Amino acid sequence: MTAVSEQIGVWLEQFTKQPKAERWVQELREAAFRRFTELGFPTTHDEEWRFTNVAPIARAKFVELADALPRPPEEARAYLARHASYETNAFVALNTAFINGVRFARVPSGKIAEQPIEISCAVGPGQVYHPRAVVVVGTNAHCTIVETYKGTGSYFTNAVTEIVAGEGAVVDHYKVQEESREAFHIATMQVTLGRSANFTSHSIAIGGALVRNDANVTLSEGTEATLNGLYIVNGKQHVDNHTQIDHAKPHGTSHELYKGILDDKASAVFNGRIIVRKDAQKTDSKQTNKNLVLSDDAVIDTKPELQILADDVRCTHGATIGQLDAEALFYLQSRGIGKSQARDVLTYAFAQDIINRVKVPALKDHLEKVLFEKFHERSE
Amino acid sequence: MALIEIKDLHARVGEREILKGIDLTVNAGEVHAIMGPNGSGKSTLAQVLAGRELYQVTGGEVVYNGKDLLAMAPEDRAREGIFLAFQYPVEIPGVSNMYFLKAALNTVRKHQGLPELDAMDFLNLVREKMKLMDMEQTLLNRAVNTGFSGGEKKRNEIFQMAVLEPRLAILDETDSGLDIDALRIVAGGVNALRSPERSMIVVTHYQRLLNYIVPDFVHVLSEGRIVKSGGKELALQLEESGYAGFGIEDEEEAVGKR
Repeated sequence: MTAVSEQIGVWLEQFTKQPKAERWVQELREAAFRRFTELGFPTTHDEEWRFTNVAPIARAKFVELADALPRPPEEARAYLARHASYETNAFVALNTAFINGVRFARVPSGKIAEQPIEISCAVGPGQVYHPRAVVVVGTNAHCTIVETYKGTGSYFTNAVTEIVAGEGAVVDHYKVQEESREAFHIATMQVTLGRSANFTSHSIAIGGALVRNDANVTLSEGTEATLNGLYIVNGKQHVDNHTQIDHAKPHGTSHELYKGILDDKASAVFNGRIIVRKDAQKTDSKQTNKNLVLSDDAVIDTKPELQILADDVRCTHGATIGQLDAEALFYLQSRGIGKSQARDVLTYAFAQDIINRVKVPALKDHLEKVLFEKFHERSE
Repeated sequence: MALIEIKDLHARVGEREILKGIDLTVNAGEVHAIMGPNGSGKSTLAQVLAGRELYQVTGGEVVYNGKDLLAMAPEDRAREGIFLAFQYPVEIPGVSNMYFLKAALNTVRKHQGLPELDAMDFLNLVREKMKLMDMEQTLLNRAVNTGFSGGEKKRNEIFQMAVLEPRLAILDETDSGLDIDALRIVAGGVNALRSPERSMIVVTHYQRLLNYIVPDFVHVLSEGRIVKSGGKELALQLEESGYAGFGIEDEEEAVGKR
């Protein structure tokens, strides 16, 4: 057997062991699994995966986590797997092949949901979990979505979240990834936005050994989308953020700010694709990626990828990679603040402007505390 | 008693020697002005005393309060009572003025064996000192120097000095870029801190500042050496004759007179 078929063999065994599902789900699973066997795990020869080697995931063996979520309701049928495509992404295919429970939420038109819709995952040693979430936000409805990922030991989380927002909807999304230091975390968020909808996402990546986030957003006419991210890695952690903002219709606005802090031998990837379709005149798009590199051995690969087919648009992008500002360090030291504390203060300040944008108070407090402890422990 | 003794101090940045043998003794309670044209080494001297690593000390020694100053890290110098008011205060986005100053004050107090101030006591102290500098309290919640005007930055420096109460204050061109009202406020803040225990080194290009902060001694620096020392009248002499009257070339003056 070849390495590829051997890898797939392990999953085939688990796939056939799954209890049968509703017919429509079962059909979906089978189509997705078939596609997964065709695609196989990506390799670094794939442009999309050039800097992220998933061989450690392909080689490992996991036991499937028993899903506590309810079965997908009939009304989910119109949305589930209709937005996140299993045709091109092997991990989405794998997730779809293992759909059991689904976190399904619907915010009715015009409703302002006071409580956040929570998607929380906790995985244990040796397990694999394919969490699937579908959030449907009606016309002019408002909601907040909070995804949190945690776990212990070495495991594999393979998440797919589909968000569909109607005309004029306002969605505030957060993802806080605090997986264990030995975990694999692969996730796709697929967002489809209606006319004049407003979508904001903050993705915070702190944990995991090998992490890949795909955040894909499709805009409609007059839609506004903000994708912000913060990744903080040290040791040998690897985090890869691929974002895709698809301006399909005119008058769309998108803002993107991803900030990274890298220490030790950690590595990070930022690939920001912006598509402006032929139709999407008057698009206004801004992308920024800023990296703070604290060691000589950390590696960052950052790449904007602009595909602009319309001619009356404004698209700007920029990436920076830098160290702590020596003058600022000296200024703090000259007031009596020790060098390591001064470094912590400046590192924290770099992350602060993303954290400050978090609108859920409990989440903001939590993140401030986590960051404070993280930078504090580093100096000791 | 000498608070600081600088002996034959040499310093360079890269290959360029800037300080070529500085000798200066400042006793407790004295105010020394250091004047000189651009490029004479005034700011370098100020930064070397505060411990800026950009400059490499190649010779000489500095004894501060009986200790080898040059062997100390910048933060230790600050904890021992040295304060540099920066010519160009650094903007630090994301760090609030309040957090920064409280961290600084409590580290210095801890070093001096004093209890740390709690939030209430700190706020009271800070309010009192802000009044002295005629500063808006909202500046406390803003990021350090970020978006401050030139005058606000300089006032913020002297305000920090008032809170930290150093034994040796080094003012690096604190007058530059200030209008006359701001200059009066800044000088007033500095004068309020004059005491028999506190010494000051005031670095300036122009005599103007010394009308408000009257020094005990004036030294003229040229090409990395002190070429003339005297009382406060030396500053007035300089004002009249210009640096050229002392046989010193000053680019800025030459340009100004054209």
